[in-house]
Amino acid sequence: MSAAHDHHHGPAKGLSRWLYTTNHKDIGSLYLWFSFAMFLLGGTFALVIRAELFQPGLQFVEPNFFNQMTTMHGLVMVFGAVMPAFVGLANWMIPLMIGAPDMALPRMNNWSFWILPFAFAMMVSTMFMEGGGPNFGWTFYAPLSTTYAPPSTTFFIFAVHIMGASSIMGSINVIATILNMRAPGMTLMKMPLFVWTWLITAYLLIAVMPVLAGVVTMMLFDIHFGTSFFNAAGGGDPVLFQHLFWFFGHPEVNIMILHAFGVVSAIIPTFARKRLFGYDSMVYATASIAFLSFIVWAHHMFTVGMPLAGQLFFMYATMLIAVPTGVKVFNWVATMFRGAMTFETPMLFAIAFVVLFTIGGFTGVMLAITPVDFQYHDTYFVVAHFHYVLVPGAVFSIMAATYYWLPKWTGYMYDETLGKLHFWLSFIGVNLLFFPQHFLGLAGMPRRIPDYALQFANFNWISSVGGFLFGFSQLILLFVVIKCVKGGKKATDQVWEGAQGLEWTVPSPAPYHTFETPPDPKLIHAQ
Amino acid sequence: MLSKAKLWLSLALSTLLFWSAGLHAAWDLNMPRGVTQMSRDTYDLHMTIFWWVVAIGVVVFGAMLWSIINHRKSKGVKPATFHESTKVEIVWTLIPFLILIAMAIPATRVLTAAYDTTESELDVQIIGYQWRWEYRYMRDNMDEEEVSFFSVLATSREEINNGVEKTENYLLEVDRPLVIPTNTKVRFLMTSADVIHAWWVPDFAIKKDTIPGFINETWVIVEEPGIYRGQCAELCGMEHGFMPIEVHALAPADFQAWYEEQQAGVRQIRELAAAEMTMADAMAQGEQIYNRNCVACHQPGGVGMPPVFPALVGSAKAIGDTAVTMDTLVNGVPGTAMAAYGRQLNPIELAAIITYVRNGFGNSAGDVVQPADVNAYIQEGQ
Repeated sequence: MSAAHDHHHGPAKGLSRWLYTTNHKDIGSLYLWFSFAMFLLGGTFALVIRAELFQPGLQFVEPNFFNQMTTMHGLVMVFGAVMPAFVGLANWMIPLMIGAPDMALPRMNNWSFWILPFAFAMMVSTMFMEGGGPNFGWTFYAPLSTTYAPPSTTFFIFAVHIMGASSIMGSINVIATILNMRAPGMTLMKMPLFVWTWLITAYLLIAVMPVLAGVVTMMLFDIHFGTSFFNAAGGGDPVLFQHLFWFFGHPEVNIMILHAFGVVSAIIPTFARKRLFGYDSMVYATASIAFLSFIVWAHHMFTVGMPLAGQLFFMYATMLIAVPTGVKVFNWVATMFRGAMTFETPMLFAIAFVVLFTIGGFTGVMLAITPVDFQYHDTYFVVAHFHYVLVPGAVFSIMAATYYWLPKWTGYMYDETLGKLHFWLSFIGVNLLFFPQHFLGLAGMPRRIPDYALQFANFNWISSVGGFLFGFSQLILLFVVIKCVKGGKKATDQVWEGAQGLEWTVPSPAPYHTFETPPDPKLIHAQ
Repeated sequence: MLSKAKLWLSLALSTLLFWSAGLHAAWDLNMPRGVTQMSRDTYDLHMTIFWWVVAIGVVVFGAMLWSIINHRKSKGVKPATFHESTKVEIVWTLIPFLILIAMAIPATRVLTAAYDTTESELDVQIIGYQWRWEYRYMRDNMDEEEVSFFSVLATSREEINNGVEKTENYLLEVDRPLVIPTNTKVRFLMTSADVIHAWWVPDFAIKKDTIPGFINETWVIVEEPGIYRGQCAELCGMEHGFMPIEVHALAPADFQAWYEEQQAGVRQIRELAAAEMTMADAMAQGEQIYNRNCVACHQPGGVGMPPVFPALVGSAKAIGDTAVTMDTLVNGVPGTAMAAYGRQLNPIELAAIITYVRNGFGNSAGDVVQPADVNAYIQEGQ
């Protein structure tokens, strides 16, 4: 091969490399960096919330601005940090895991990333508009988000449309890649679980994102074109909004956690030096959770006054989710059982994931019990529950994935000491931050309030301290990643002693183009 | 170095102690057991499920911890090679399933009881507004005076803005609490005049959304006389954190006496509204009403928070035609947070606040609006 020909295949130089790239690794990196930037932005909003709640009384912000902070924190973290991070991981890892040269639809891949920064720039800019940005919570219940909303809501709706379009394009790409571009010998039941969880959630996304697009469009019509979808005075139905939102929202919650299951199912076997226990049941459990996620949406709405039969149906269906989720947790524990474990940073994050996600699962079962949910609903108990599932759940899995695959991405080992420091500070911080919120909720503190009664002062104080500890610890991650990109100990191709899978058969760092010819089928093992 | 660290630690600890010493019940870990059969059933159910998940947690985390301690490479163990067992998978699918059935049975029983709103002895309508509650007692005899009133946060802005020390019931106190009799089945019919709110009193284990266009119902039998407090639980806009609920449960005889007193009050106001009001009276009373009802949006000094909450200083609606000011106060401005105060305030209060808005904060319309004018305006509108 001539030198000129080689050059043709290398990345372009400068900004145009990133703007015009159709390379799955470049786009994966873009998604991951974007996600990290949004994580810091959403985290800053959270710190404003925790600073205001440090003590009773109004100290730093006005109630209306506080509501903008809770809203923007939720939207930025869900749509800007967690989802793009998993799309980034999918871009980097799915082609490497299934032995494909790239994603199936590379130009659409570029487009689905590059519309995101514009969507978020528009959404964040609403905070500088007259009347302020969205202040109705990330769930934007009508009519607070329609008749009573600030004028900037129209921009928020447009931003949600763009994010939805990006997600749908990303999902189509993932499905097309997995179904068409697997290397010979890579049967569906030999795919790594991360690929399986992405295949299943990509279908979920395609099913529910249009519902979100529909509901925000109905809001747009209510605001500007005189319709009354959600306006009771015009014959509309505010509860309909919630049904539509949660028909999107509940599968969305599962979308964020199922990928995390895939990541952890890759990491635990590697560091236990033992095959994943119950691969088949893991696949079926993922599919069951995905199916159940479509029929439990109204458990977010137990207090809207549904008929008894409806309440019972959604309670039973919700409780059922505990069964496949339990199977997953048991399988992870069985994988660790009688393995030969070491505890590098990815493994620490993965173990913390299993423990803390399970705690979030326990409170999930408690919340499913309808009559008791009347007490928990819209309190800090719920806040604690979903943050346990999302922060030491989804976010920890993203961090685990970052440490796990960073040597493959950069060609260098990260600084293990700093990685462990980052883990322990995050672990302590996140528990200080969210565990006391269970107590606050049970004692009666509603969520989304800028000021509270005196009996809630102590645990809020502790929670705020934990929040700042957790928040500032993330700068260590930034430092570790930058340091690792710049250099360090050379990583081997195998990187981890116990790692299995096609991604470890390519050199470290992974070359710009991989698997231009399919890998040797003998390299493909059962998971 | 060490002594510095010790100093910081003791400083932090003593701050924490000082903080907690003055506060009431500040280390509450659990849900209140409450004062109704429903709240006790809810609490028991909560504890049952809690102990189930603790037990599962001990088994799962115990197995994990045991593996982490014993099956580590540094101990020289060789990894086992097993990786599936259909039998084991079936066992740990079935056992959680059976546990869930055991949880679902009492949950279904408690929920079914909570939905039985029949045979109530007293019906009270609860209406949510941005950001206050209205309570209306339903009458059997429509010739009787209707007892209905609004319930507004009583904590002062100075307390919220840290100007003065916070008192015990900070943010949990109202000007006029809901009063209900004990040992009586009271049914609540709930709706909203603007956005969705949620009426929640933890001691009753009742939380229900108040939704515009819908009427939700729930019920309570309070067994202990006492004062019970709660808050709005559904985000309803800027002042969501500042619309508490306060319920006074009285023995039935005391409740009856209170109720008759309220009816007498309605008759008295009807008579007083015929009397003339002076400028000084109107301004003094108007200022109080302003600070209770208007200051959150229109701000101290009437400067507002444009564009959402307009300023009152120099506003055409405030100092122009009296009828326009009256219309704004009585009927509100549809589609905005400006509520219709025609029902929330009595004619004397309405006259005072209208006069205050027209003549306060440097406005100088110069006229004193009389309760009789307000009454005439309202009747004309109907």
